[in-house]
Amino acid sequence: MHLDAKIPDGPIQEKWDRHRFEMRLVNPANKRRFEVLVIGSGLAGGAAAASLAELGYHVKCFCYQDSARRAHSIAAQGGINAAKNYQNDGDSVWRLFYDTVKGGDYRSREANVYRLAQVSVNIIDQCVAQGVPFAREYGGLLANRSFGGAQVSRTFYARGQTGQQLLLGTYQALSRQIATGQVEMFPRTEMLDVVVSDGRARGIITRDMVTGEIRPWSADAVVLATGGYSNVFFLSTNAKGCNATAIWRAHRRGALFANPCYTQIHPTCIPQHGDYQSKLTLMSESLRNDGRIWVPKDPSESRAATAIPADERDYYLERRYPAFGNLVPRDIASRAAKAVCDEGLGVGHGGRGVYLDFADAIERLGKPAIASKYGNLFEKYERITGENPYEVPMRIYPAPHYTMGGLWVDYNLMTTVEGLYATGEANFSDHGANRLGASALMQGLADGYFVLPYTIGDFLSRHMGEEPLPTDSEPFRAVTAEVDERLQRLLSINGKRTVDSLHRELGQICWEHCGMSRNAGGLRSAIDSIRELRDEYWTNLKVIGSGDELNQSLEKAGRVADYFELAELMCYDALLREESAGTHFREEHRTGEGEALRNDEEFAYVAAWQSTQPGKEPILHREDLDFPNVPLTQRSYK
Amino acid sequence: MRLELRIWRQPRRDADGDFATYHVDASPDMSFLEMLDVLNETLTEAGDDPVAFEHDCREGICGSCSLMINGRAHGPEPGTATCQLHMRKFRDGDVIRIEPWRSAAFPVLKDLVVDRSDFDKIIQAGGYISINTGSAPDANLIPVPKRSADLAMDAAECIGCGACVAQCPNGAAQLFTAAKVSHLALLPQGQAERDQRVLRMVAEMERAFGSCTNYGECEVVCPKGISIEFIARMNRDYLKASLRAGSGRPKGSG
Repeated sequence: MHLDAKIPDGPIQEKWDRHRFEMRLVNPANKRRFEVLVIGSGLAGGAAAASLAELGYHVKCFCYQDSARRAHSIAAQGGINAAKNYQNDGDSVWRLFYDTVKGGDYRSREANVYRLAQVSVNIIDQCVAQGVPFAREYGGLLANRSFGGAQVSRTFYARGQTGQQLLLGTYQALSRQIATGQVEMFPRTEMLDVVVSDGRARGIITRDMVTGEIRPWSADAVVLATGGYSNVFFLSTNAKGCNATAIWRAHRRGALFANPCYTQIHPTCIPQHGDYQSKLTLMSESLRNDGRIWVPKDPSESRAATAIPADERDYYLERRYPAFGNLVPRDIASRAAKAVCDEGLGVGHGGRGVYLDFADAIERLGKPAIASKYGNLFEKYERITGENPYEVPMRIYPAPHYTMGGLWVDYNLMTTVEGLYATGEANFSDHGANRLGASALMQGLADGYFVLPYTIGDFLSRHMGEEPLPTDSEPFRAVTAEVDERLQRLLSINGKRTVDSLHRELGQICWEHCGMSRNAGGLRSAIDSIRELRDEYWTNLKVIGSGDELNQSLEKAGRVADYFELAELMCYDALLREESAGTHFREEHRTGEGEALRNDEEFAYVAAWQSTQPGKEPILHREDLDFPNVPLTQRSYK
Repeated sequence: MRLELRIWRQPRRDADGDFATYHVDASPDMSFLEMLDVLNETLTEAGDDPVAFEHDCREGICGSCSLMINGRAHGPEPGTATCQLHMRKFRDGDVIRIEPWRSAAFPVLKDLVVDRSDFDKIIQAGGYISINTGSAPDANLIPVPKRSADLAMDAAECIGCGACVAQCPNGAAQLFTAAKVSHLALLPQGQAERDQRVLRMVAEMERAFGSCTNYGECEVVCPKGISIEFIARMNRDYLKASLRAGSGRPKGSG
């Protein structure tokens, strides 16, 4: 299979404009003849559904939640980047592009990233016009902050709830289209498979999560905006319902899966506190602007944090990275925390935590100033841990948070299956091996509002006059039967173990061997362990109830079954990539100082995997990456 | 800590329900939902149907979780959604009664899961600014006084969980509706549709939910602390819009 990214010709600054001109249009009267299915109602899906409907396409939008307003985009706290340069501090489209390519450790596609930086400015305009209440200065203009190690202030925010406010903007735009009938919304509906015939996506199969009804849907194009797969680790900051089923089923039907090993571990999360824990909670990384991270120097330290004198503390980020200190990028901060805990210096439950201390900031700025910046985060921390961060340092530890890998897409966001698109976190293209803070919201909305609505028109224009495949045709019946069979199989195992207990064990394998640091031996053993556990899953699982009712165990069982397959691919990818890049840290490949060591000669490519039967090795396809505009350098934050 | 739980069990929307009693061992560091997870693991292993309850982000922001705990929406801790409630707020030996949201407008689908789709219909009736993608002017073209922006954000923090309705003796959705009406009315971008928005949203609200008689219980249980002052603000807006519309109805509504 030849991977053609379809990157337009010309200088990078002109590619998108040129492409927009060269793409074919669908005349307004014809748009209503086309129907598009959008799966997911987060920033990428909701924005795409609303924008396509505004253009005149008929849209059906599906989400597993009870309302389109609840997708996990809602939990993003910190902000959204845009190259507005409102602060006059030297920002530009080029600088945002440059920072994003560098931050991704040179494993993203330059043309996509440049386009992302270009449309970032339109996103802010759009959201403000929708009524998103971004933070403002006293003069009434928009406020910005610097975020995630950026040296310019380009992050727009709405208190600690930026994702919520952006999503509600999208939800409102979507609601307006639902009211006109241009979008039909199907909440509590989960996509369980995609129907592919003659290499083209023809529709999907869904399950009504209340009645259990399995239904086929036929359309002219299908958009997967179903988010990432961090829940493969069981414990992550993702919502409990977040799942990879849509993208994994698409992968099994022919869509290549790119860079699955690029998974981001966020440095500032509340540490695990018990074996019953169901998820991890992120504390915004903006806390690192004022908090100082440290561990005791003595592994046998038993005093309370506040009783340990300054000279017996190791402010390890400030020591190792004097230029960036506590503000080093996420991958570096996370690895450093793991390293000190591995040395036995960690604090709290199981020695898996480091202190994030505001005592100095409170002394310097006063408690009211800290409260006005972080008050809601401090309250949240206290609710969960029972400790008051104004008085004792927070304890934090890294947690799986975001996945840069996803379905391979070309410049038009189309997967290797014709007519099947992937947007937002579900695709792979913009963040390379590491995503910068405040860039996920930007990418989700860029894809949904400003990229997909154009590129999908070009595809549809080439299929004018073709009728969608009837839902009673053979391809639909065949996939429906497979979906039914799979659900029945899960229900009829009648073993001894619950979905959660097996998922938890899978998560531990992935976290141990394919988490923050990886090595060949560990990855090989993980692949074996995953296969063994997968066999147990399909022979010893216990799912209560039937398929024709609201059955949360059955919902989980299907999702975790797919995670079992995805986990294996993630390990293959990590094993193949004999280098360290961004979040992917191979212990065999590091500099003399212990930092990540890339191998551009051999690995400056996207690893796009073709599915085979489970248990057999997947087939690798490569998209070579080149960087004519951002010269390759070793990242340094010293 | 050992707890006795009395949980509402109902197999389907149109079926009868009743309370069932369970005993569970919990740790004070668990979240309330993790305590229910532990119960469900035990039930599943014993071959019994686990308790269905709504949850997703477990960070207090998605608005999915929706439990009446000892008669109070989201339980005893102020300003806290069910998923952020922790067991240290309870004591060994406590009896905890867990019910779904109480409201005729939120029918039970199974156990503790209810249908809140009428909230979506209120937003669809006008809870938006009509702006197509691509037609926005520069974001800094219209300054918004910081106080207005901050107040709009106070209203916009609503997570749409439905606690306000569940706690209200009338089952009214005034706080939810007022939060969206106020959020948009406080911003210059929301002015063009201000009248028709409040008229349409209130009409839809009245269709699906009960009427407000100022009990004020909504504000007390709101996990985001949305102020009841927004209801007064909506009522003022509604009155003005009605007077301007003459007939008291939006144009074209018959």
